[in-house]
Amino acid sequence: MQLIVAGIAGTMESGDILIELEATEQEGVHIDLDSTVSNQYGKQIKRVITETLKDCGIQNVYVKAVDKGALDCTIRARVTAAAHNGSKNEDFCWE
Amino acid sequence: MNKRDMEYLNAYGNFHAYVPGENPRIPKKSPLSLYEKQNKNNKIVKSLEEAVRLSGLKDGMTISFHHHFRAGDYIVNMVLDTLAQMGFRNLTVAASSLTTVHAPMIEHIKNGVVTGIETSGLRGELATAISHGLMERPVVFRSHGGRASAIMEHQINIDVAFLGASSCDPFGNANGYSRSNTGKTACGSLGYAKVDANYAGKVIIITDNIVDYPNTPFGISQKLVDYIVKVDAIGNPQKIMSGATRFTKNPHDLLIAEAAAKVIFHSGYFNDGFSLQTGSGGAALAVTRFLRDYMVEHNVRASYALGGITGAMVRLHEEGLIRKLLDVQSFDLDAANSLKNNRFHAQIDANYYASPFNEGAAVNQLDIVVLSALEIDVDFNVNVLTGSDGIIRGAIGGHPDTAGGASLSIIVAPLLRGRMPTIMDRVNTIVTPGHTVDVLVTDQGVAVNPRRPEIAERLKAARLDVTTIDELKARAERVVGVPEPLPFGEKIVGVVTYRDGSVIDVIHEILDENEC
Repeated sequence: MQLIVAGIAGTMESGDILIELEATEQEGVHIDLDSTVSNQYGKQIKRVITETLKDCGIQNVYVKAVDKGALDCTIRARVTAAAHNGSKNEDFCWE
Repeated sequence: MNKRDMEYLNAYGNFHAYVPGENPRIPKKSPLSLYEKQNKNNKIVKSLEEAVRLSGLKDGMTISFHHHFRAGDYIVNMVLDTLAQMGFRNLTVAASSLTTVHAPMIEHIKNGVVTGIETSGLRGELATAISHGLMERPVVFRSHGGRASAIMEHQINIDVAFLGASSCDPFGNANGYSRSNTGKTACGSLGYAKVDANYAGKVIIITDNIVDYPNTPFGISQKLVDYIVKVDAIGNPQKIMSGATRFTKNPHDLLIAEAAAKVIFHSGYFNDGFSLQTGSGGAALAVTRFLRDYMVEHNVRASYALGGITGAMVRLHEEGLIRKLLDVQSFDLDAANSLKNNRFHAQIDANYYASPFNEGAAVNQLDIVVLSALEIDVDFNVNVLTGSDGIIRGAIGGHPDTAGGASLSIIVAPLLRGRMPTIMDRVNTIVTPGHTVDVLVTDQGVAVNPRRPEIAERLKAARLDVTTIDELKARAERVVGVPEPLPFGEKIVGVVTYRDGSVIDVIHEILDENEC
């Protein structure tokens, strides 16, 4: 997928994560993470975001993530949705 | 008396003869009426400053407070502001607990007015600042029973106690309510303050409600009180207590409470005449509701309920299901009103409640206690003091006292709070040692301490969902993963003492962020 506009998914509710994606000129994935559990799970959250973006084929991207204790499955879902949203891709693969 | 008789007597003891009017300590017989005496000869001084001057307070001394006004308390901030203005420095605050409303103490610590704190707990901005290293001297945390015994045995020497009271007569009979009038700010029991009043060098009662003598029944007797200060307001009534403590509607909490009641029913301790305490926290408080049904159905009544008394306990008492209530702290207005009106709802002090060195202490006679936990580890050690972020955000309260005293201590907690697991290899802060904890009830099953195999057998025989604490921990980790260790620094900001004053753990300062 290719980001055409900024992609957004998620909420600021407890147990959720708000993901905003924006294409950048810079190489790689840059994550600005604000999490209620960053000390305990920050690395894990960033790893899940990075892996999910890779699976979506998105390379050079700035990610703003506001996490309220989301589980990994939630993070994957929100990142995937934001990627679809930003690339105007409606070809969903419902597993 | 003639001289020869006195000489004769003095061979057997130290007698001295009566001389009318000689002893100035006996007040002169007065022709004044009770009304006039109350107005003229009383312990009321004109201002807090005056009371402080008369008390002889000096730099470096220890002052004490109670926390019966909870988040509605005006006393601590009022007194510290006054002492700061009067130029005092280097004081130790020995409070029964401190809470969110005491954030202004941060400035007094920065300015050197307060350099030491002894408390059961800390919350809010003050707690966060202290966790980040605000104070030089570590805060000493004590349980309610541990504090009472430390005061009795002079590990804490209170020079001046500043005790807020909902009512007080002109001679110092003070209470957390009054049968003379409704008062503005009832708090019910003054159980923690009673200990301070008994052992402090000087006792100053601060009240917004001077009532006629005699203010019976009293929580604090006139014989213990030196000065009385009348102020406009001692607290915010809405925040001191509101109605009855609401039962939780959180389905998680209800599920846990229902399971805990079932555990109690099958534990072997659910017999006519049993004794019970429930700690604070939604699930722990809700256990009462489910237990009531078992009590009615099986015609089992409790001999007494202990502790922080709530409206729920009062209802069972008034239904005849609990014979007596022993109240060290009234959690809500229903409890305060019951203390005022019910003959067998008794006000007890923290020493009677939970002293570790008193065999008769009410906690030692408990059959069952239901307690909450922020964290519990695979050795059943419990933390109720520091949050999952390592920052102080709670209070020891009576947790280790009741767990150590009760025949059956049950911890109720959800397996997960958001992404944070409740069960870990080692809790961040040990407050209650695992060897005093018997059963853990979660929303995902029950674990029994291997030290109590007979209880595990009874619960399994009743087909309860009994598993091991390691299995519960693994179940949580399959969902959320394993959290990384917190970024603690070298500096010790808190000392956690066990009931006898021995150090059971320390709290390190929290550093800003893990690199991630």
